[in-house]
Amino acid sequence: MGEATILPLELDRVSFVVGGAPLISDVSCTLAAGPRTVILGPNGAGKSLLLRLCHGFLQPTSGRVLWHGANGVDPLRFQAMVFQRPVMLRRSAAANILYALKLRGIPRPERERITADVLGRTGLARLADKPARVLSVGEQQRLALARAWALKPQVLFLDEPTASLDPAATFAVEGIVNAIRAGGTCIVMTTHDLAQARRMADEVMFLHHGRLLEKTPAASFFAAPASEPARAFLKGELSW
Amino acid sequence: MGDIGEAFAAAIRLVVGLDRSLIEIVLLSFQVNLSAVAAATVLGLPAGAALALVQFPGRRAAIVLANALMGLPPVVVGLIVYLLLSRAGPFGVFGLLFTPTAMIVAQVILVTPIIAALTRQILEDLWQEYEEQLRSLGAGPGRAMGALLWDGRYSLTTVVLAGFGRASAEVGAVMIVGGNIDHVTRIMTTAIALEVSKGDLALALGLGIVLILLSVGVNTLVLVMREAMQREQG
Amino acid sequence: MVSAIVAPAKAGVQEQPAGFAALDSRSRGPLAGDSPADPRRGNDEGDAFRSLFASLIAILLATLLASGTAPAADRFITVASTTSTQNSGLFEHLLPQFTRKSGIEVRVIAVGTGQAIKLAEKGDADVLLVHHKPSEEKFVADGFGVKRLDVMYNDFVIVGPKTDPADVKGLKDASAAFKRVAEKKAMFASRSDDSGTHKLELELWKAAQIDPKAHSGVWYRELGSGMGATLNTATGLSAHALSDRASWSQFKNKGDLAILVEGDPRLVNQYGVILVNPAKRKHIKAKDGQAFVDWLVSADGQKTIADYKIGGEQGFFPNAAKATN
Ligand SMILES: Nc1ncnc2c1ncn2[C@@H]1O[C@H](COP(=O)(O)OP(=O)(O)OP(=O)(O)O)[C@@H](O)[C@H]1O
Ligand SMILES: [Mg+2]
Repeated sequence: MGEATILPLELDRVSFVVGGAPLISDVSCTLAAGPRTVILGPNGAGKSLLLRLCHGFLQPTSGRVLWHGANGVDPLRFQAMVFQRPVMLRRSAAANILYALKLRGIPRPERERITADVLGRTGLARLADKPARVLSVGEQQRLALARAWALKPQVLFLDEPTASLDPAATFAVEGIVNAIRAGGTCIVMTTHDLAQARRMADEVMFLHHGRLLEKTPAASFFAAPASEPARAFLKGELSW
Repeated sequence: MGDIGEAFAAAIRLVVGLDRSLIEIVLLSFQVNLSAVAAATVLGLPAGAALALVQFPGRRAAIVLANALMGLPPVVVGLIVYLLLSRAGPFGVFGLLFTPTAMIVAQVILVTPIIAALTRQILEDLWQEYEEQLRSLGAGPGRAMGALLWDGRYSLTTVVLAGFGRASAEVGAVMIVGGNIDHVTRIMTTAIALEVSKGDLALALGLGIVLILLSVGVNTLVLVMREAMQREQG
Repeated sequence: MVSAIVAPAKAGVQEQPAGFAALDSRSRGPLAGDSPADPRRGNDEGDAFRSLFASLIAILLATLLASGTAPAADRFITVASTTSTQNSGLFEHLLPQFTRKSGIEVRVIAVGTGQAIKLAEKGDADVLLVHHKPSEEKFVADGFGVKRLDVMYNDFVIVGPKTDPADVKGLKDASAAFKRVAEKKAMFASRSDDSGTHKLELELWKAAQIDPKAHSGVWYRELGSGMGATLNTATGLSAHALSDRASWSQFKNKGDLAILVEGDPRLVNQYGVILVNPAKRKHIKAKDGQAFVDWLVSADGQKTIADYKIGGEQGFFPNAAKATN
């Protein structure tokens, strides 16, 4: 890692408590560039909360979220997030991307060029001038990825990016995520789909009741989960 | 009823005859109402957006106030503007009393709270949906406001039309600050009030029908433009 | 709170090891060339807002200029007068003739006499043309007016239902008529707006030794309205009302009302004109205002007044010769 990067990301005993209820408890870990990290856990385990804490939307009630490479710059500028239900602005598909680039201060000719490029890479060139909100859910999800991709983030967070997609659309999204990663972006995603986790994960973080029970390479997690809840979860027996 | 039949006949005569003084009154009404709504929009949209997005001490009180001011009685506004613009008042030197400008000022005061309060509600609802996405993209408060105003544009046209409705229907304030001077500050509503006071109810109602038709015309025009825009941009 | 632990960051996004390095060189030319030409792409909300706000402000400036400069450019005076004068239609007959001869436009604010006097006191009118002599004289005595001149007169009438429920028809004594209205508890619609007509009405009640306010809301209705609105209400209520003759003659919604009482000398309706005192209110257009006053009492002005007919009858009787003060 000789390049300037905001990574690694360190969570230092991060807790998030609302009204006395600990939603995230004492999570410590470090995320470095390289492996694709997949956060697993049953509904309500705190996966989305953890992503939001990392992305800076929420401030931990105790503990710290540290971007060790940030060196004084705003780390948010080097991240992007794709939500389970992405919000598309009421304008054309292309304009959605142009807008995001404008917010990052990219000059106009650059914006046009990058937008055309990512639309092409995500198979949306044909839909560039369509109002974003009339696109299908799958197309919107691809557009959300294109928008994130255009920003060249160092870290991309994805919260259940394929939760409501059919297998073909899911496959397309996974392909795009891998292509983004190939450009050097660090991928952190949550999913409920164990098959997807097996396909996508280099490393698994297993959350249960707001606690980080495991953070291991994917192969060993799926072969031999260390914790009882993770074993139950993999067998499809764990309820929260 | 005979009177109402007569009123329609009067309305038709007015419109078909392209009565010169009617045209003058209609044009002045548009001039006053459109300017007032334009100014109130320029003031009210950003104010409403700020109320929706910016946290500041007294924000809740400001929201309550904006909502309450939607119900400002026109006569009271007229009186206040009169006292301000009167030769004996603080802005007397400008000699604005009994001019269309005075009428615009009064209507801006009446319409701005409506636009601000309704804009606030619409943008606050929109913000619920957009906040995380926009913050993730790195939009600061100013940019976020711009995006919300733009994405709320279809709802906001209705807000502006509500403001226009208030302005064009209002008589109490413009009567006081305009003086209903023939050829100078006589607009549709004050002309109607005058005809009522002359007991010419049919003509008054006829003018009222013309006013309603104009309002329907404006709203239709806006609807058509909005639909065209929606087809284009979604 | 964050300190650099790894390599010091010396650059931002542009130098990231991202996949864009490749496309930078390949795709710049053609795409950068054709995209800005697409209007929809360029039309983001920034541009749209700029043009929207620009056009709103343009509308605004256009209007403010149009309305702000027009009065300054024209030569005009403002006359505070009464609703009854306006409703009589006299101004539409009188003012164009004056404007044609003098080049001075006359803008009339028609309100009740009380309010008209207040307007003039504040300096918002140059000339006062009203019809309640005691108030006018007080206005001059207080220093707000230069001088009061008689202009013309007509008369007041008492109108009421044609069925004459109070049995007043044909009486020549207005106070006696009021007394009967009170005795019969017949409906009476009072303007109650501090106008000249209202002040005269109160004087007549006083002469009849009746305090109508004691019956307010019963048979005596205090409307707080102008002449026309009061007559509309009287028609609706089948009530009696005091009106100046000109307003009544011009009134179109008479319903089943008719003139019941007229001819009492106390029912004379004297109009006076006063130039607002420029020494007291410095914005007063003394020269043009004086020109209007002079014309009203001149032979030409007086004749123009006399020429005004309502339904074939003379509406106002000029009497400027009897100038007071
Ligand atoms: N702002 C909040 N205030 C209070 N409770 C919250 C808040 N946000 C989330 N929670 C609660 O925190 C818990 C974890 O929520 P989170 O959305 O992180 O779960 P998740 O692991 O993403 O679940 P799922 O798989 O269903 O998406 C839930 O019980 C949720 O109700
Ligand atoms: Mg979740």
